[in-house]
Amino acid sequence: MPVKFSIQRLSTYYGSVQALRSLSMDVAPNRILGIIGPAGSGKTSFLRTLNRLNDLLPDFRAEGRVLLDGVDINGPDTDPVLLRRRVGMVFAMPVPLPMSIYENLVYGPKLTGIRDYQRLGEIVEKSLRAAFLWDEVKDRLNLPALRLSGGQQQRLCLARTLALSPEVILLDEPSSGLDPISTARIEEALAELKSAYTIILVTNNTKQASRVADETAFFLMGELIEIGPTEKIFTAPKDRRTEDYVTGRFG
Amino acid sequence: MRLPPRLTQAFVVSLLGLATAATLVILVFVIVFILRKGLPAIDSEFLFTKPQDMGRAGGILPTLVASVILPLIAVAIAAPLGISTAVYLTEYTRESRVTRMIRFGADCLAGIPSILFGLFGFIFFVTILRMGWSLLSGGLTLALMILPTIIRTTEEAIRAVPNAYREVSTSLGATRFRTTAKVVLPNALPGIVTGIMLGVGRSIGETAAVIFTAGSSLRMPASIFDSSRTMSVHFYILAREGLSSEMAYGTAAVLILSVLAVNLVAYGLMNRFIRRRS
Repeated sequence: MPVKFSIQRLSTYYGSVQALRSLSMDVAPNRILGIIGPAGSGKTSFLRTLNRLNDLLPDFRAEGRVLLDGVDINGPDTDPVLLRRRVGMVFAMPVPLPMSIYENLVYGPKLTGIRDYQRLGEIVEKSLRAAFLWDEVKDRLNLPALRLSGGQQQRLCLARTLALSPEVILLDEPSSGLDPISTARIEEALAELKSAYTIILVTNNTKQASRVADETAFFLMGELIEIGPTEKIFTAPKDRRTEDYVTGRFG
Repeated sequence: MRLPPRLTQAFVVSLLGLATAATLVILVFVIVFILRKGLPAIDSEFLFTKPQDMGRAGGILPTLVASVILPLIAVAIAAPLGISTAVYLTEYTRESRVTRMIRFGADCLAGIPSILFGLFGFIFFVTILRMGWSLLSGGLTLALMILPTIIRTTEEAIRAVPNAYREVSTSLGATRFRTTAKVVLPNALPGIVTGIMLGVGRSIGETAAVIFTAGSSLRMPASIFDSSRTMSVHFYILAREGLSSEMAYGTAAVLILSVLAVNLVAYGLMNRFIRRRS
């Protein structure tokens, strides 16, 4: 099996609080990995380690290794800024930057040095189409992004990440604040996208994982309890705690 | 027995309203008082000609010019320095004893009486650096004086920018500098402009620090190396020497109106900028 991300004995700490406990797993390319688990189980901490966004926190510390295509992302050969262009992220709350829809979308591409107006226009259209937002906003790309509805904002954030043409997309509960229709549209988009990207989807909604994920991992108190094909995790989990969680007996 | 909530609510609201009204009345009274005394003196001759007879007659053109140039010099120096310092303290360093000391120093500096800045400016810029009494010496001195205010207001404004914006920008592959320039500073702009406007206001109104450093020459300054008298200093001298209270109030009225105009323009521009973005 090809491996995109290889996580080896990863532990993370915020000050003296340990978030992840010696986690090891492989993430396959062109598939959707769902991560489920109760609040505080380290799901978000895990995602933010993969694009080194935790670097922004003064007292964060990580042990163990995370390899992206075989290269240690915390090693000297990795520039975190370039890493983040390969590993895009969509946050739990939609956060459009306070600028126009168009400016939000070209923010990333412009950082990589793309200046050509036509080329940027193509990227904008392609990303918006992939996030199923194009038809709703194509006539008002200069509208401040903050005027969009919550569901549209979240799809804009997805499109903004796609505009980077990353290799991996990290999604941190992307539909936590959305209605079922907007959620369905995001999931629809993800299903289309997985052929071109590696997708890691953290979700509080076990049903969402069962709907869209190829593989599912169950986190509990910073530990990886179980990882396997989604169907197996939901119908015949090996661990008792996984079974309790997916059947809704706790968490 | 407790009073019914509606009653206590009404009481609090009227108290707050009263305080606001009192503030407004006092402010309006001061402004109207000065304008009523000063406006009659203002005509085109007053605005566009040189003073005659020590300021007893003629106009105030050189002082008007000096009052424009001096704050410009001060802000041109203090704003870049202050904003850079604030960015460094908030975005590039972690909270430590050193940053706390710098902040404490800035707060102390902000509380120093302006005449001490004037004295320092006189000794350092005018005498040691041999700049003489000049707009440049005055501008530099004012820059030092308003620097702490600009640093602190900018810092507060930067701190108020939601962290989510920094995270999003970083996650999109922006360096810290890009994030600061493209996301943090534009969102902190209203606070930064407020800090700069406070600085402009203090510069326009300052007398003590200016007399010592820019001097009080009534001639039209030919360059920033010339001594010149600002409107505030002119007002002070006219009033203090009893030269002409009519001219003094006229100068005061122009002073108030120009501060008003500067603020209106600044906030107008800022609102346009904000409306474009949200």
